Amino acid sequence: MITKRIIACLDVHAGRVVKGVQFVDIVDAGDPAELAARHAREGADEIVLLDITATHEGRATLLGTVRRAARELFVPFCVGGGIRSARDAEQVFDAGADKVSVNSAALADPALITAIGSSFGAQAVVVAIDARRDPAAVDPIRDAQVLVQGGRKVTGRRVVEWAREAEQRGAGEILLTSMDADGTRAGFDCELTAAVSQAVSIPVIASGGAGTVAHFTDVFTRGKADAALAASIFHFGVTSSRALKAELAQAGIPMRIPC
Amino acid sequence: MRVTVIDYKAGNLTSVLKALRHLGAEPEVTDSDLTLVAAAERIVLPGVGHFQATERLDRTGLTAVIRAAIARGVPFLGICVGMQWLFAGSTEAPQQSGLAAFPQQCTRFSEGTEKVPHVGWNSLDVRPASRLLAGVESGAFVYFTHSYKAPVTADTAAVTTYIEPFASAIERANIFGTQFHPEKSGETGLKILSNFLELQK
Repeated sequence: MITKRIIACLDVHAGRVVKGVQFVDIVDAGDPAELAARHAREGADEIVLLDITATHEGRATLLGTVRRAARELFVPFCVGGGIRSARDAEQVFDAGADKVSVNSAALADPALITAIGSSFGAQAVVVAIDARRDPAAVDPIRDAQVLVQGGRKVTGRRVVEWAREAEQRGAGEILLTSMDADGTRAGFDCELTAAVSQAVSIPVIASGGAGTVAHFTDVFTRGKADAALAASIFHFGVTSSRALKAELAQAGIPMRIPC
Repeated sequence: MRVTVIDYKAGNLTSVLKALRHLGAEPEVTDSDLTLVAAAERIVLPGVGHFQATERLDRTGLTAVIRAAIARGVPFLGICVGMQWLFAGSTEAPQQSGLAAFPQQCTRFSEGTEKVPHVGWNSLDVRPASRLLAGVESGAFVYFTHSYKAPVTADTAAVTTYIEPFASAIERANIFGTQFHPEKSGETGLKILSNFLELQK
């Protein structure tokens, strides 16, 4: 049976994994390569590394970090942040990533999705969408606002139509972050996740709001998520992927439990 | 240990090369060197993406050289589209022939309640006596990402079920294939690649 995936997310700034609530009060959480290996060992089904600075100067540092993290990593490895062209993507793939995640660059130029997908395969393109419910819309959930710049800027796009367009243009997966839930640890936005997951045929990775095991159960059942991203709950040993997955399996969610 | 990895410009080879090197192999990559492939000790054909991409193998003359190498008993491993290429063809690109080492066609998962593509970790039901999967127990998880699949036949080494049962690994004499990505399948995947590297011609 296909299992639901637990994806460990590492936010990287200047070559270090950092953690902070909505990019404020950032604290050092360790070395990316070490943490990636540790998460894989502890049962994470996939690793996502997000470059949260994504400045021009930071690119070389990032590629070095990706190369080091990828070296001993034998589970799927996705890298995002600052990928603006097929050439940027190629460099990240050459450094050892299996997938790239694109967000604002894809919104600015949706043809980027096709450009990366046609060279590296749809499975290698993850379109990340940051969305916030829109109480003013007829359907506040399906028509949730798509945001960029860490949630500061409204794009005018609506979550379901943008997810569908991304799929049509050749995205392999959608990484959906609820800006309402992000950082709250009060649970995923299951309604938002379900709305997107049911609108597309590609997998949807839910992100934002994880705080307890029950939140994951919820997003896999009610939220119809194919995978869930867990960032802040991992780094300081709050819970390991292994412990989380064991509890989810107990709750009846199909999980890969490695030996 | 020498391994010849065929590059047919379908996706990135970094992960496969990294896994082979991790296991102590010395992979050499070619997209057109027929002499290299003719002298290969073992061949890996990775690949993601569209079945049509395998047309490049015909155009460069690699298909004929690979066919001859297989006939000489050189161990061959096709991964994902590289495995599907071992079949007669795929409905993904009906005009493009595969190697036809196996006479069946690959077909798309039927649309219905489940999502297509099949992406994620799924389990193997391992048939006994598989050399490729020696030491891998039924129930072990491996990583998949594909929309087309091969039918279950007498040459199936492992069966996986998603929407319907399909061949997740195939094996006959020196010809091997995995629909999943062993290079992305943790310890189980490394074990399978290691089995391939240790096969005697």
